[in-house]
Amino acid sequence: MNKAVLGFLKLIIDALRDLLPIILVIAFFQIVVFQQPFPNLGGILVGLVCVVLGLALFIQGLEMGLFPIGEAMATAMTRKGSLAGLLAFAFMLGFGTTVAEPALIAVAAEAADIAGQAGAISDNPDAKASYAFGLRMTVAVSVGAALVLGVFRILVGWPIQYFIIGGYILVVVITLFAPPEIIGIAYDSGGVTTSTITVPLVTALGVGLASTIKGRNPLLDGFGLIAFASLTPMIFVMIFGMIA
Amino acid sequence: MSSFFTHVLGVTATTVLDILPIVVILFVFQALVIRKKPANLKRVLIGFLYVLLGLSLFLVGLEDALFPLGKTMAAMLTNPEFLGIRSGDPVRWNDYLWVYAFAAAIGFATTVAEPSLIAVSLKAQEVSGGTLRAFELRIAVAIGVAFGVSIGAYRIVSGTPLPYYIMAGYALVIAQTFLASKSIIPLAYDSGGVTTSTVTVPVVAALGLGLASAIPGRSPLLDGFGLIAFASVFPIVSVLGYDMLISWLRGRNKPSNKEKSA
Repeated sequence: MNKAVLGFLKLIIDALRDLLPIILVIAFFQIVVFQQPFPNLGGILVGLVCVVLGLALFIQGLEMGLFPIGEAMATAMTRKGSLAGLLAFAFMLGFGTTVAEPALIAVAAEAADIAGQAGAISDNPDAKASYAFGLRMTVAVSVGAALVLGVFRILVGWPIQYFIIGGYILVVVITLFAPPEIIGIAYDSGGVTTSTITVPLVTALGVGLASTIKGRNPLLDGFGLIAFASLTPMIFVMIFGMIA
Repeated sequence: MSSFFTHVLGVTATTVLDILPIVVILFVFQALVIRKKPANLKRVLIGFLYVLLGLSLFLVGLEDALFPLGKTMAAMLTNPEFLGIRSGDPVRWNDYLWVYAFAAAIGFATTVAEPSLIAVSLKAQEVSGGTLRAFELRIAVAIGVAFGVSIGAYRIVSGTPLPYYIMAGYALVIAQTFLASKSIIPLAYDSGGVTTSTVTVPVVAALGLGLASAIPGRSPLLDGFGLIAFASVFPIVSVLGYDMLISWLRGRNKPSNKEKSA
């Protein structure tokens, strides 16, 4: 029990360390530049305690449940799964982890709010909720697709740069046709998706894959899945914006 | 206080739906492929409970703290009184120097301390056989993000189109891809995705939206997003750039080791 408490304390410290740089920079600006106290400091502090506790609990839970199962399964799938099974697993893994990604939940809700205020969608809770949901599903499908493509690339061993450069060209071409109000959200969604849950599980999949295939270097061929997962959401979200 | 708990409970109810897909996927594949009960089932289930509670608390805190932090900073940094400009004056980009300074500081500080970047840079040190130093790489990426977020803030102030900047970034990445060591390329591409953490994203997103709503003539919908995109492209540029710099420094002594690992 004592060990568990210590382990959780360490997670709280980790979460604090994530937050500390932001707090330090803001405190510096408040004290040195603005020379006035931060408005509503009490409410913000309560919220920050929630962030730290929440993040620590979240990661503790991931390490107890999701990561061991996910990693064991990623390794098992790469060993004995059929190609179709492996690709199906890659898709589902990308989809499932993205739906649960905290930063994406937050940014999608914010994007729906802004779109509602600006009149791009109707300004009521239902329309906003369905817009945010559509956005998240689009990103989740695109991350699933990215992993399918990325796993396929690792299997055939093609150089990653052709895919990435091809992806960039696609982004540029679709940008020409996408409505302007979706472009910022689409470009941001690439960076938002790859966070707390997605990165460890996707890395486990890539490294497991590269270490089971003969003649592959896990350090080299295992990477690149994240790059795909931060590129495809841009393309898919712009298409979502053209349809929605 | 009781309203706080009902709020957390309400968020928890919706959060169940967020983690449901990954739970179902993992258990279905477990049943189909591994065909046995996961080890430590009780521990795993408690783990999922923690995930649920943690995510709910985090989302509440994000709403109460991280978004307000970004928005309040944006509002204070653009306050005409603070900047010494009269409201109603046309927007001049050089009135907003504190905004760029703040954007750069946030970008640098959060990136240097980012755990996934620390992991990736250690791997990069391994891949390169020690020619790339993990710590130098982190500094390189942090400078890249600081520069990126700062330019992103300038873009919001000036209201220039986001795609031009990102396309310029892409052109740079493509050119660098042809010149950098092959072994570093997948890692460099990945570094763009890993630098934007769960805590950083909401603060930076709120900063951008806050700037776009405070600066006259800018719309949050059209101009407010895009800061995170900058924070995703510039790390790639700086990792590849750092590799090119190291190769160039070494290449002056002996022939390039570019083909070694290809």
